[in-house]
Amino acid sequence: MRDTFIEELTKIARNDPNVLLLTGDLGFGVFENFRKEYPKQFLNVGVAEQNMSMIAAGLALKGKRVFTYSIGNFPTLRCLEQIRNDICYHDLNVTIVSIGGGFSYGALGMSHHATEDLSIMRALPNITCVAPSSLEETKDATFQLYKKKGPSYLRLDKSNASYDKSENFILGKALKVREGEDVTLIAAGGVLQEALKAAESLEGSSITSRVLSMHTIKPIDEDAIIEAVKKTKGIITIEENNILGGLGGAVSEVCMERNLRPLFFKRLGMRDEYSSVVGDQDFLRNHYGLDHVSIATHVRKLLSDI
Amino acid sequence: MPFDKKFSESLAKSIRIHALNMTSSGNSSHVASVLSIADILSVLYGSVLNIKPEKPDWANRDRFILSKGHAGAGVYAALAEVGFLPISILKEHYQNGSILSGHVSHKGVPGVELSTGSLGHGLGVACGIAYAAKLDGDSFRIFNLMSDGECDEGSNWEAVLFASHHKLSNVVNIIDYNKLQSLDSVESTLSLEPFKDKWEAFGWKTIEINGHSHQDLFSALNSSSNRPTCIIANTIKGKGVSFMENSVLWHYRSPQGDEFEKAIIEVENA
Ligand SMILES: Cc1ncc(C[n+]2csc(CCOP(=O)(O)OP(=O)(O)O)c2C)c(N)n1
Repeated sequence: MRDTFIEELTKIARNDPNVLLLTGDLGFGVFENFRKEYPKQFLNVGVAEQNMSMIAAGLALKGKRVFTYSIGNFPTLRCLEQIRNDICYHDLNVTIVSIGGGFSYGALGMSHHATEDLSIMRALPNITCVAPSSLEETKDATFQLYKKKGPSYLRLDKSNASYDKSENFILGKALKVREGEDVTLIAAGGVLQEALKAAESLEGSSITSRVLSMHTIKPIDEDAIIEAVKKTKGIITIEENNILGGLGGAVSEVCMERNLRPLFFKRLGMRDEYSSVVGDQDFLRNHYGLDHVSIATHVRKLLSDI
Repeated sequence: MPFDKKFSESLAKSIRIHALNMTSSGNSSHVASVLSIADILSVLYGSVLNIKPEKPDWANRDRFILSKGHAGAGVYAALAEVGFLPISILKEHYQNGSILSGHVSHKGVPGVELSTGSLGHGLGVACGIAYAAKLDGDSFRIFNLMSDGECDEGSNWEAVLFASHHKLSNVVNIIDYNKLQSLDSVESTLSLEPFKDKWEAFGWKTIEINGHSHQDLFSALNSSSNRPTCIIANTIKGKGVSFMENSVLWHYRSPQGDEFEKAIIEVENA
């Protein structure tokens, strides 16, 4: 996703000299081309994320279109107040990019796992929050966020799902990547691949799954949620994030406010805990019950409990 | 442009009187923090900043950011005095439904570049504007006014490194060095000394002046350098009202009744 993002941003920068890419001293082996081609559009602010966000705000106040870049929680939580007061309150054209959503950084450990960012960033007024699940979504999201006015958060992942595209990517519109009637699996980020694998294995037991890539966490696609509740029996949300306030929180808010009552509803994610075990992304998904086997097991159980 | 000291001092007096009125009728805090910078604001808005009240968004205007946002009343007063806002709006400060919040706000307020209130944001944003101005070949300057207690915030020092590394000669940072912060003196909280040496060591051209001398302020604010400039303005918190001077109490207390009357008389007769 990271490479797809930077490829797309390089194209954008080529056509728009107003675009600036700021990094907090990260991106070794990633930004070399960009930097060589557009030295004036690249700025390493140093290991100083608060300043990166303030500089971004200042640049945007002067009319620049800014992308800030770092890993895990560094471009978000480390400088949250700068994002809130300087970027979001002033409604500035800044896209905050974090690579290493969820468990992407695996065995590097808890400091490098972004597992609350979706909930926290989503709570900031004015910001659009996107967690693409495939390379194609990453490319489209990068371009569409660039075109969009106001602040945005782009959460990238090491893993990515691949699926046959039947609809065009539009910010704020969930992508239906599989049709089914028994359950709707709603995922954000690369973990969509686990939902797709689960759906496939469930088909063997004649359980059909609708699968949605809810790439835009905010504003969330209410229509897709309403349709999912009406056309399938129940909903499971899947995210490499705390279940409090992230994707699962957003979907359940819509259900309650719209008076929708799926026959079952389950949020899969971190159950209000930190990722303290050591392992790669797959290992951590397994451990925290976000792998396809766990998802399929939940579906079977929830359907049989109806 | 020759410097009109009389005009400048009378503008400062108006800012002080507005500040007393605003914090009294709003029953709000921070009057001493405003009095501390009334002279700085007066020289900036009256004689230094290249701005057009009738065109607040003019692209080549000088930018001013009040990083110590709790002294917002002073900026509103200065903006009103130089024609960005009607004087009559000042009495709405701190009132329900007003656009003039205690900490300085840009929402609906022409002339305010940045809303602040959380300390440690202004300088970094100023440096971002300055970097963009350099890229675009613009000639305007960016002024940031911060407090001494604010220098406790690490975010400022990130910006300080950035500004000197990128030779942001278009940035002027003014420090209201009144030696007091919220609970106590700067010296007994987190000492900043040797303060001037610190800024010099970080690569800033640093000028230390009397922050109540309009002539000194005018000269310092107009000095130029190929480095970013820091002006350490030695000030007195509460300046102009004897019983408010150098007292932490008046960081919080709102002037009412007798105290208010006395304060107004002192400023008017100064
Ligand atoms: C990040 C942050 N922390 C705490 C405060 C609360 N606060 C307001 S003013 C102040 C300190 C006042 O001293 P100083 O900064 O030196 O300003 P002065 O009023 O003396 O000009 C504090 C702690 C704040 N506004 N922002």
